Amino acid sequence: MVSGLINANPVVYEKKERRQRPASIPDADEYSAEAIDQLEVFDHVRDIKDPEHPYSLEELKVISEDAIEVDDRRSYVSCFRVTFTPTVEHCSMATVIGLCLRVKLMRSLPSRYKVDIRVAPGTHATEAAVNKQLNDKERIAAALENPNLVDMVDECLAPSYA
Amino acid sequence: MDLDDEGSNFELKEIQTLSGHTDRVWSLAWNPATGTDDAQPVIASCSGDKTVRIWERSALTRSWDCKAVLEETHTRTVRSCTWSPSGKLLATASFDATTAIWENVGGDFQCVSTLEGHENEVKSVSWNASESLLATCSRDKTVWIWEVMPGNEFECASVLQGHTQDVKMVKWHPTMDILFSCSYDNTIKVWAEDDTGDWHCIQTIVSGHSSTVWAISFNAGGDKMVTCSDDLTLKVWEADIEGMRSGNDQVLWKHLSTLSGYHDRTIFSVHWSREGIIASGAADDAIRFFVESKDSVVDGPSYRLLLKKEKAHDMDVNVVQWSPGENRVMASASDDGTIKIWELATSSN
Repeated sequence: MVSGLINANPVVYEKKERRQRPASIPDADEYSAEAIDQLEVFDHVRDIKDPEHPYSLEELKVISEDAIEVDDRRSYVSCFRVTFTPTVEHCSMATVIGLCLRVKLMRSLPSRYKVDIRVAPGTHATEAAVNKQLNDKERIAAALENPNLVDMVDECLAPSYA
Repeated sequence: MDLDDEGSNFELKEIQTLSGHTDRVWSLAWNPATGTDDAQPVIASCSGDKTVRIWERSALTRSWDCKAVLEETHTRTVRSCTWSPSGKLLATASFDATTAIWENVGGDFQCVSTLEGHENEVKSVSWNASESLLATCSRDKTVWIWEVMPGNEFECASVLQGHTQDVKMVKWHPTMDILFSCSYDNTIKVWAEDDTGDWHCIQTIVSGHSSTVWAISFNAGGDKMVTCSDDLTLKVWEADIEGMRSGNDQVLWKHLSTLSGYHDRTIFSVHWSREGIIASGAADDAIRFFVESKDSVVDGPSYRLLLKKEKAHDMDVNVVQWSPGENRVMASASDDGTIKIWELATSSN
């Protein structure tokens, strides 16, 4: 196995300007009638750190605001679909990034929101396999009982004060 | 009969919500020996909080209370629980790779045996009808068959390999010693014992579902089964039961019907009632009921939606189970940490 980083020289992009949010509720209000939009979801995930590099997923363009879609086909269930783009096609960190996205959104959004996560079509060698794992709730639950994985995820989710 | 009358209106009445678990409830099981005139109904539930709870309905108040919390045994999520047919033992399967066997000793539930062997998370456990065999399955892709020996001893009889991925559920046929398993590999496998006592796979249903198969349930007669999947469909299968009874290994399960277009998120659980009502629990927080449609179709029976209960829970419904005792009474459990008891009633017009 090749030692060292999978992608030693990632392309780093500028961060998008942040929208001012009303400084009212610190955490998501369970019964808020106001729907959560794509930008709010993006705000929750943009600063997640890449597992390998000291940059955020936004800076590496792994995640962008356009890659978050609201699925409002059904009135009684609210769903978001989050698409992320790994920096390289054979990125073995894809499942870790997906797990980080899941955990951050689980901790940030009201529990009534369903989240589907996938890699951008055509950007990963084992796209179907990665997507299946990331959307199997039982596999995710078991993974999050693995202390090593949880530590890795928490590292990526920890705020960095740049 | 009201199920045949397509004009009948049904409603799902909420009887009670059972709270107590501090994490999602993955599964539940009605004790088969209860729910009669002598014994009040009992339910076992298991959770991500690593415990199993025993609930009993009071004869006096008709209200459900938590009678026991089985803790300090499993060290990770308890994923599934099932009572032995006699109702005397409870088997619990856990992500800690073990299966625990519990016995009610004078009101106190004690862990009388721990089955080890799987390499990682155990997902499901099932007793055969005569209580002589237990089956377990795991993310390690194997299905294990255990022989139940005297004195609560369990001996591994066979380690069945064949699935290429995580095995989600195992279920014995209701009357025969034939075992069924379903998996993340999208297939359903049928296992039987040959004359020399060796267990092997006698059928693999491979061109059925197009994604993970989460659960299997048999009808009362044991000649049909229904499976549910991440592919958003329910599929009904049938087999020649007389052929199976006469020990014919070559009897195959054939696809009878696919119920598609009714679910738009993963279906985690399906359960066929004695009366023939198929209940499903899905990731859109809803519970749906289906019955055989009396419009005779040339190709065989079809099924129609009887009722859809939206927002049955606040989060994903992980399990639906009909009561073995009372008619049209059902229990469900959810990621929202609660269990709900329901009654399917005809609404008065």
